[in-house]
Amino acid sequence: MAEVVSMADIEATALRLGIDISSVDLDAIQIPPGEDFGIKSDDDEDLYQEDGFEMEAGFGNIIVVDNLPVVPPEKFEKLENVVRKIYSQIGVIKDGGLWMPVNPETQKTLGYCFIEYNTPQEAELAREKTNGYKLDKSHIFSVNLFDDFEKYMKVPDEWTPAEIKPYIPGENLQQWLTDEKARDQFVIRATTFTEVFWNDPRQMMPDLVYRRQYWTEAFVQWSPLGTYLATVHRQGAAVWGGATTFNRLMRYAHPQVKLIDFSPGEKYLITYSSHEPSNPRDTHRVVLNIFDVRTGKVMRDFKGNADEFTTGGSGGVSGVSWPVFRWGGGKEDKYFARIGKNVISVYETETFTLIDKKSLKVENVVDFSWSPTDPILALFVPELGGGNQPARVSLVQIPGKEELRQKNLFSVSDCKMYWQSNGEYLAVKVDRYTKTKKSTYTGFELFRIKERDIPIEVLELDNKNDKIVAFAWEPKGHRFAVIHGDNPRPDISFYSMRTAHNTGRVSKLATLKSKQANALYWSPAGRFILLAGLKGFNGQLEFYNVDELETMATGEHFMATDIEWDPTGRYVATSVTSVHEMENGFHIWSFNGKLLYRIPKDHFYQFLWRPRPPSFLTAEKEEEISKNLKKYSKKYELEDQDVSLLLSEQERKRRNMLLDEWDAWIQNCKRLHEEESELRRQLRDGEASDEEEEYEAKEVEVEEILDVKEEVVPFDLDQME
Amino acid sequence: MRPILMKGHERPLTFLKYNREGDLLFSCAKDHTPTVWFADNGERLGTYRGHNGAVWCCDVSRDSMRLITGSADQTVKLWNVQTGAQLYSFNFDSPARAVDFSVGDKLAVITTDPFMGLPSTIQVKRIAKDPSEQTGDSVLTITGPQGRINRAVWGPLNKTIISGGEDAVLRIWDSETGQLLKESNNETGHQKTITSLSKSADGSHFLSGSLDKSAKLWDIRTLTLIKTYVTERPVNAVAISPLLDHVVIGGGQDASHVTTTDRRAGKFEAKFFHKILQEEIGGVKGHFGPINALAFNPDGRSFSSGGEDGYVRLHHFDPEYFNIKM
Repeated sequence: MAEVVSMADIEATALRLGIDISSVDLDAIQIPPGEDFGIKSDDDEDLYQEDGFEMEAGFGNIIVVDNLPVVPPEKFEKLENVVRKIYSQIGVIKDGGLWMPVNPETQKTLGYCFIEYNTPQEAELAREKTNGYKLDKSHIFSVNLFDDFEKYMKVPDEWTPAEIKPYIPGENLQQWLTDEKARDQFVIRATTFTEVFWNDPRQMMPDLVYRRQYWTEAFVQWSPLGTYLATVHRQGAAVWGGATTFNRLMRYAHPQVKLIDFSPGEKYLITYSSHEPSNPRDTHRVVLNIFDVRTGKVMRDFKGNADEFTTGGSGGVSGVSWPVFRWGGGKEDKYFARIGKNVISVYETETFTLIDKKSLKVENVVDFSWSPTDPILALFVPELGGGNQPARVSLVQIPGKEELRQKNLFSVSDCKMYWQSNGEYLAVKVDRYTKTKKSTYTGFELFRIKERDIPIEVLELDNKNDKIVAFAWEPKGHRFAVIHGDNPRPDISFYSMRTAHNTGRVSKLATLKSKQANALYWSPAGRFILLAGLKGFNGQLEFYNVDELETMATGEHFMATDIEWDPTGRYVATSVTSVHEMENGFHIWSFNGKLLYRIPKDHFYQFLWRPRPPSFLTAEKEEEISKNLKKYSKKYELEDQDVSLLLSEQERKRRNMLLDEWDAWIQNCKRLHEEESELRRQLRDGEASDEEEEYEAKEVEVEEILDVKEEVVPFDLDQME
Repeated sequence: MRPILMKGHERPLTFLKYNREGDLLFSCAKDHTPTVWFADNGERLGTYRGHNGAVWCCDVSRDSMRLITGSADQTVKLWNVQTGAQLYSFNFDSPARAVDFSVGDKLAVITTDPFMGLPSTIQVKRIAKDPSEQTGDSVLTITGPQGRINRAVWGPLNKTIISGGEDAVLRIWDSETGQLLKESNNETGHQKTITSLSKSADGSHFLSGSLDKSAKLWDIRTLTLIKTYVTERPVNAVAISPLLDHVVIGGGQDASHVTTTDRRAGKFEAKFFHKILQEEIGGVKGHFGPINALAFNPDGRSFSSGGEDGYVRLHHFDPEYFNIKM
């Protein structure tokens, strides 16, 4: 910070220079941007930087058009009109925003002009569209942003070798994985606070790691391997992490960013924003940036109209179907692709360009999805020509673009693709029209990707008119669950792609009749599944063991809106977010349905477990561990016991202390009460004091004469006889 | 034991009060007619007719001879408990909210609502032994707190008055001079409207319930916070067990905010907490709307609750209740 100039100094200087300081309107003085005359602003340094994007807006909406014809004054107006016509097509030029300087000696123009738009976006667009515009053979426009001039001018004429900074070892960003108690972390957002906790089931409560108010302006998101926590701000996105706490690791400038998406290996971050057009008839302008997460460098940007990015998706006028770019090829982050009109554009991350420099042409393609592990695309083309050309699902290998397998499907209304997490199986849910075309029914096409020639099997439910409510693959497994049925209480069926006696065929394991469930949540470790009844079912939960085909426990989290398993499959979090006004908060359950603890939080927005990277253990090693589980578990059971003993001891002490405290206090009160007893008696005119024992219940009989009536009773002599 | 449902009111209940012996239960409701019941079997004994507005609060004298009721019809009335005859009517310029007899039953504290530009008041009236000598003069009038004063009760030896209301502040006043002696601060005090106050049997501490979803236990002499009980719902009514170290807290989502069809959503439960450990012991469900009133029988063996649904539910505790181990 520079020295502080006091008001007294200023007055002294003014006096010396003969300026009457009272006649100077200090607010009217404008200092050129970037120049501070050695007086540092006392604004927060950090704040200043964050506002940097806003600062540029001063000149960011001005462009400089060069290579205009040099014309005498009589042609000036004509040229100006031509230029105005070209540039007002792109955006609204400000009043007096077009200035073409003139050489004062020759009265001719200088061959360039300045154009000021209302927004930097329009200026940017104008530069993009008209740079290289051919007015005629000898006048090809060269358009630049005014701000860029400064940047280019600053490039030194002489090359100096880049300064090589000494290597500074970074902190271990995966420190949280080395927790001694092998706990998992989660982040929650409630009111204006974002908090990261350890889930501590032994203590039956969460343990705070880090808390920050106004940490994000929209939402938070973990990177897929859990290394970073991403926050979203007006100026861009940021990622946080570190060994012991959460420090800002990198910032990604992207004004008005709306959505973000990490690549599966968390090497890249895609940010998205959509901007209101200045002309209401135009569509929204969409900007996408792909950043390298570690360096913060923009690897590639995509700009265009919203239309260009909505094809095939279900996005509305102003939105796109997110994510626009889908990552393929597993954790290597090698490919990403997006769907366009009749094309699928696949890019690779070596050069961030299209593979073979051209998109994959597929007429009328409407949907595609990557295998989670291999560079294989599954794509769906609907029926064409009123059923003359059948619908098609095909698998395409990248980068070769050769078709591995294709299946034609008839009378299809819609298709949905579900990959198993290891990329071994692909299930395609096919909705078909009945013969009358009035209703639809559903079947499944099951692809075995890893087998020779990729065999396809058709699965129809026992009652093929059943509506499919939900479908889910067992993670890393060979089973899947389906909720089906039309009645309010649907059935749930479990199928396996391989059973002991029938390895090549799908077979049904069990059907659970009339369940209050509409969502399926497999444990990430497989084997267990949570059958949940959200929304209309008010949060019914059933914890089911698919190995034994039995219900382990049932529970309820009233009004639950969200359910998430922890990455290890040991715990489940159910939460009620602010979509409901009441009941906000979350519950933590064990995998077998024991409610561990409940945390109510008003205005609850998000609950996210911190993901873990995949285990380094080989399948053999894992097998060995599960074989010797008894040996390992002994140690942990002992620890558990110790902790619970310690806890109960602490709890007992705490309770005794509270009781003693209260006793002391109430004894004091009793003493005061007794001292006052005589005074109380006086207040009651000497009536016995308030001690219970002093009055005894006496039974008093009260006879009240309500009415007296005289009546003549007829006396019959005959009765005497 | 199954609760006894007492249906005698046509509108939501507002207040419940047992007499000293615990054989009578007085109930107030928005339907203008305070009612007296046998506290043992829930049989209706009689009504007190004369009010022309919702009745917000009542108190009964130590000898169970006099009943005082405060009503939205801008009157506070004295009744003969036995005959139901109206003995006297205090007239005010705004609805009366809370009433409480002093030790010795010679004074009564009454609060009135802010109304037509008039501020809310706390007033002390002298209660004559002979109703024919009763006058309407106030011994003391206190103004100052903003908004309604929902409850006012006497402190030890009638020396102080404790009040709480819409401004969420508990205040202790000198009952002689009307001077403000103490008030709860922002840190330990309630965040929203205080809806109820209930004294312990020996008058050494009291419990306050608030719409901020908590109830707090205070030292009546020093106004120090002793305990806090947190629930999931706005609190409308509180009571302290005279027998065990229990408190009971009732309330529920405001009727106008209950949008779901499931009655569980409102949490219309009377919740029992351990007074000292502040831990939840259990809940008593049953009402179809928020609980507005709670009272313990002075013997601590039964309690009653009054709801927005117009019912009074009388609960005699099962033997297991007395064996709860914490």
